[in-house]
Amino acid sequence: MGSDALLFYVFAGVTVIGALAVVSQKNPVYSVLSIVASFFGLAGLYVLLEAPFVAVAQIIIYAGAIMVLFLFTVMLLNAPREDAAEWDRSHPLYRPMAVRIGGVLAVLLALELAWALSRTSGLSVSVAERPAASSIQEMGRVLFTDYMFAFEVTSILIIAAMVGAVVLARKRED
Amino acid sequence: MQGIIEVLTAPQTIAYAVIVGIVFMGLQIMAAVMVYAERKVAAFMQQRYGPYRVGPKGLLQPVADILKLFFKEELRPKAADAFLFSLAPIISVAAAYLAFAPVPFGAPTTFFGLLDEPIKLQVSDVNVAVLVIFAVASMGVYGIVLAGWASNSKYSLLGGLRSSAQMISYELAYGMSLATVVMFAGSMSLTEIVDAQSGYWFGFLPKWYVFPQFIAFFVFACAGVAETNRAPFDFPEAEQELVAGYHTEYSSMRFAMFFMAEYINMVTVSAVAVNLFLGGWHGPFIPANYGWIWFVIKLAFLLFVYLWLRWTLPRFRYDQLMSFGWKVLLPLATVNLLLTAAGVLYFGL
Amino acid sequence: MPLGHYLVLSGLLFAIGAAGVFLRRNLITLLLSVELMLNAANLAFVAFGRQFGTVDGQIITFFVMTVAAAEAAVGLALVIGLFRHRESLNPEAFTSLKW
Repeated sequence: MGSDALLFYVFAGVTVIGALAVVSQKNPVYSVLSIVASFFGLAGLYVLLEAPFVAVAQIIIYAGAIMVLFLFTVMLLNAPREDAAEWDRSHPLYRPMAVRIGGVLAVLLALELAWALSRTSGLSVSVAERPAASSIQEMGRVLFTDYMFAFEVTSILIIAAMVGAVVLARKRED
Repeated sequence: MQGIIEVLTAPQTIAYAVIVGIVFMGLQIMAAVMVYAERKVAAFMQQRYGPYRVGPKGLLQPVADILKLFFKEELRPKAADAFLFSLAPIISVAAAYLAFAPVPFGAPTTFFGLLDEPIKLQVSDVNVAVLVIFAVASMGVYGIVLAGWASNSKYSLLGGLRSSAQMISYELAYGMSLATVVMFAGSMSLTEIVDAQSGYWFGFLPKWYVFPQFIAFFVFACAGVAETNRAPFDFPEAEQELVAGYHTEYSSMRFAMFFMAEYINMVTVSAVAVNLFLGGWHGPFIPANYGWIWFVIKLAFLLFVYLWLRWTLPRFRYDQLMSFGWKVLLPLATVNLLLTAAGVLYFGL
Repeated sequence: MPLGHYLVLSGLLFAIGAAGVFLRRNLITLLLSVELMLNAANLAFVAFGRQFGTVDGQIITFFVMTVAAAEAAVGLALVIGLFRHRESLNPEAFTSLKW
């Protein structure tokens, strides 16, 4: 196996196992840590795809800032562990038969996606066919010329989100 | 199989392993030296002698400290989350060591002609080195937050949350001053930034970035000291306030790991400051091959400034600390960024 | 590495995230699963960008990351407000608008 393929499977494995841990852990702190591990796997995949800047940005923004915010919220709220007993067994959607049929449908969907992907041509072309256009100068240039409008609107979005978060989480002074 | 053995025993690989070993052992030795230096410098600044019994002039004091920490009883609160309790110091130390990986500490050398081609004195030369350092610094926050949470104690949790809030607030000013230097140098690779600082203006003033970018240096220094939770920004671990903050419940080796992580973080921040602002390994009177001597001298000076700050200045209160970071440093860094951008674009600096 | 592998991985991550949104009874874990779905989309963008040799895939990931950060901030502020109201993080506790 080429080293590229080996690295892909290692990083993909880390990502998927982290993702599965997120949706199956009861303790929310463990969920946050699992998703951080998953993000590291994704960063490795971005490096394999010759996008080192996106990989580092993923670590800085996602794993380093957003997940710290999640962790703060979990700790401030002292988020309780989720109990399986909290599931309302009388609800029609949680009856055993429904869950089993849903599971079978999910597996069928995954199989169908894999089948559809394997039948499409052009997808088995190796990703490293053309030279990578990943220099940072190129990205900066494109960001400030072609995507200028989106860039400016994003800054307004961030300010709106900041103000919204502060207003929504404020304690009522009454 | 044959190919793998050939690659493993090639001189380049062995040299690379030597460099990794030098960096790893060097960081540990620096941590031990800092333990001694801190106590001696603190003592002389307070007009007393400091440790002088253990070994000549107290030089074996770090050894005594490490032995003591080895033999202390390893405690863990019963209600503490065992996995996270053990994981937190590991994350702290791992992030501290990892942050030094992209930092170069000397000119490319051939080890006195043993190698065919020069090898860089750096564990990994990535062309986004500045960002990697920033990313790993954000990972260090996790060690502290998890330590505070896992100890299951009021003081630890408060200390952990305050400390991590302080770290992420000062990361913004840190990143902006980094961005300013990157704009000036035109590259994010630390080797290229250092190389851009070689040479002299007017024949005697070295082309270090601390001269044109003194504002960025000030912001970086403040943010760096705050990032490493050192005085005067060490409210979260102040003994008088929160017992010992996030590492209250830790003892023996786990505490030693937090201790070491703090010193190694100091070394990394100083090393990055030397590379970005003080010209790295360039200096007069020493040939380029031995540039690492100048690097070590400048690093030692910056570490002394760290100690100087701790034992001279009083501590900031937490709200003063946070308002300084958000209301003073961040606008200062932003204005500096704008001015530098204008200068680089219009005057071609 | 064939492009199809990356797309299958992206689809798998998206499916896991969607399963998390449907199955979890904790608001914070729900938001985490949404973040997972956004990351799956990021991976597909970067893979396709690499396939066609352009830098646009990476540019779009920045916007996705920024939007995800804004949404996480506002979402968590909402969660904090909801928790103050009902002392529970279970979505089932907030059903007063149900018929």
